[in-house]
Amino acid sequence: MHEVGFLMQAFVFLAAAVIAVPIAARLGLGSVLGYLCAGAVIGPFALGLIGQDIEEVMHFAEFGVVMMLFLVGLELDPSLLWRMRMPIVGMGGLQVVLTTGAITAIAWQFTYSWQHALIIGMVLSLSSTAIVLQTLNEKGLMKNESGQSAFAVLLFQDIAVIPMLALLPLLAVTEVGTFSDKHLLPGWQSALLVLGVVVGIVVVGRWLSRSVFRIIAQTRLREMFTATALLLVVGIAVLMEQVGLSPALGTFVAGVVLANSEYRHELEAEVEPFKGLLLALFFISVGASIDFALLAAEPLVIMAMVGALVLVKMVILLVLGKVFGLTSRSNAIFTFSLAQGGEFAFVLFSYASAQDVLPQTIIQPLTLVVALSMALTPLLFVINERLVLPRLGVKSQAGSRPLDALEKAEGKAILVGFGRFGQIVGRLLRMNGFEITVLEHDAQQVDLVRSFGHKVYYGDAARMDLLETAGIDEVDLLVLAIDDHARMLKTIHQVKRHHPQIKILARAAGRREAAELIHAGADHIERETFDSALSMGRKALSLMGFRAYQAQRAAQLFKHHDKKSLYALSEVIEDDKKYITVAKQHATDLEKVLRSDDQANTDLDDRGWESGS
Amino acid sequence: MASALIVYAHPAHQRSRANRVLLDRISDLHNVTVHDLYETYPDFFIDVEAEQALLLEHDLIVIQHPVYWYNMPALLREWQDLVLEYGYAYGRQQQKLAGKGMWVVMTAGAPEHTYCETGVNERPLSDYFLHYPRMANVCHLDMKPTFEIYHGRHTEDATLEEAAEQYRSRLLSYLKELSNHA
Repeated sequence: MHEVGFLMQAFVFLAAAVIAVPIAARLGLGSVLGYLCAGAVIGPFALGLIGQDIEEVMHFAEFGVVMMLFLVGLELDPSLLWRMRMPIVGMGGLQVVLTTGAITAIAWQFTYSWQHALIIGMVLSLSSTAIVLQTLNEKGLMKNESGQSAFAVLLFQDIAVIPMLALLPLLAVTEVGTFSDKHLLPGWQSALLVLGVVVGIVVVGRWLSRSVFRIIAQTRLREMFTATALLLVVGIAVLMEQVGLSPALGTFVAGVVLANSEYRHELEAEVEPFKGLLLALFFISVGASIDFALLAAEPLVIMAMVGALVLVKMVILLVLGKVFGLTSRSNAIFTFSLAQGGEFAFVLFSYASAQDVLPQTIIQPLTLVVALSMALTPLLFVINERLVLPRLGVKSQAGSRPLDALEKAEGKAILVGFGRFGQIVGRLLRMNGFEITVLEHDAQQVDLVRSFGHKVYYGDAARMDLLETAGIDEVDLLVLAIDDHARMLKTIHQVKRHHPQIKILARAAGRREAAELIHAGADHIERETFDSALSMGRKALSLMGFRAYQAQRAAQLFKHHDKKSLYALSEVIEDDKKYITVAKQHATDLEKVLRSDDQANTDLDDRGWESGS
Repeated sequence: MASALIVYAHPAHQRSRANRVLLDRISDLHNVTVHDLYETYPDFFIDVEAEQALLLEHDLIVIQHPVYWYNMPALLREWQDLVLEYGYAYGRQQQKLAGKGMWVVMTAGAPEHTYCETGVNERPLSDYFLHYPRMANVCHLDMKPTFEIYHGRHTEDATLEEAAEQYRSRLLSYLKELSNHA
């Protein structure tokens, strides 16, 4: 790092990423491949902008993987896991075990060491979560049978990485590895240690960290929350390293423990950008360390290995799909989508190399093979869509569904603000069986409503990243029930820019705010005091001599006119003068309608009932 | 091209299998507007001007609803009272809807054989809806033969699909007829 200087180096990395990733994305290759290519281009085999210090960068960037596993843990929703336990454990488990077995058997023929073969088998059994999920999402297949099956398998693989990381050091071949300088304790002691540390993390995560987060949240200083979140992850990583365990395992457990806490979405939003950047750095350094001389020297061998890897994976996936009863169409998508090596392979290879359990002569070509197999994924998708699916016969979507007796409404929503206003909205939605995610930015209020058994998360809605982690790209509805008008306007602008299809319902203080919210793009607004005031007015009318139904109609007529004028006002909201003119005009119009006794019969008393009686 | 307005009133559309199948079958017709009254006026506060203007824009008025207590759902009844008022729909020289087509589509829960002199409902269904021909007469509307679906929830899928096909073709033929007239 001394030769180039930190800033220069950062510039090279960032520039490479910024150029390569959009190109890769445009070509449908996904961001992981983009980073790998960027790394390859700036690495010693092409431009040579970065040199020997790449090892150092990679070690630093590996922390991104630790963060990734923290987030994987954080996103593990126990109820989802339970609902999908069959495909996850069945399909996912069998995929990992069978593929590991098959590849281990093949690798054994070449490596003559069962430990090496087993490591290779495990590492190559994984697929690329990043590439597959992104591609399936883009093609709108996530909700289908094929997408759900692929997701289940990927989920199992993500979890399987943890025991693999733990297993790697145990697979050291003593004469090769520097086994002795890892101060390992005897078996029972180290087992006890692992247990103790995990219990410690659970205790800290469950009770201590929540009080800390609450105190930090009350300071309302965002950077303090960021610092605390990072401190938690780094702290656990340091602790795990001290006791000689995998930091990834520790943060994963911490993530799982915090998955149910009210700070889940906030933590995700804070850690996510750091993870993203560090992982990018990690993939770039993997790309830079790929030995392209190998490909040039022995293209046939490498290509054969790529072919064998993809083929073995596809055969196993195809059989699994059949066994688990996927339709041939879903099975084709499932099989083709998961046939590549994954980004976790790089992680495990670099870990294996650090632990000296696998020689570079094996790691180098296999890293290349994994990268190439990932690059093949878009090609496999094309083959599947052009050559395979047409032969299976595309069943028409319409007409295949039976005519249900009941049409079920199934929307998802995010509700922001769980005070007096939001609670009513939220309870009504939940009581009717709708799945909603609730965010509230006041830590004390979160505590209070949680004690009544409401599931509420801490978080500030004006932050787009937080809404993203709360799953805004999957909802149909965003309900803004906070009383901070400026913040609400900002949120509406942001959400409408990124997700124009989402309907936004907003709470307005008064008339002017309501008009502003409509102008900003809210699909529906409700003035917080309007309906109750109207209701009181109606009661007053009836106490002063109106028949109850007459008072009800008068109130409804008032509401109707008022709404019309509100929408008219929202169109001139930016022009103060016009706003006042329009407001006055509508006020006089309404009064005319309500006051004139002669006309009252036609407008108020509903002509239909008057006539002929 | 003639256009149709389906004035549709069902307080529990989500439970109605028959009506959903019918409306699904015509959802691709761009000159047919489905006007869902319970969806538009959940508070029963009908915008009379808007309704009257909407009717004037169309050539065929389809009134579609389930049968409750030998009658139409409450909101449709309210709509009739308020929208088809004196000076608009009827009155001397004031029949603004005159010449338009009118077609009633009804879905009844009970099987067809119950609607006869020997059945539990004692009369044919049309006997309970004698006000429709009167309404057509007073407003100078050209009333088409009523379309009836019985035993909606218990009909087999295939039978219901067949009925929906018939519904669609009748709607199209009335529209064609009205286009030729104009």
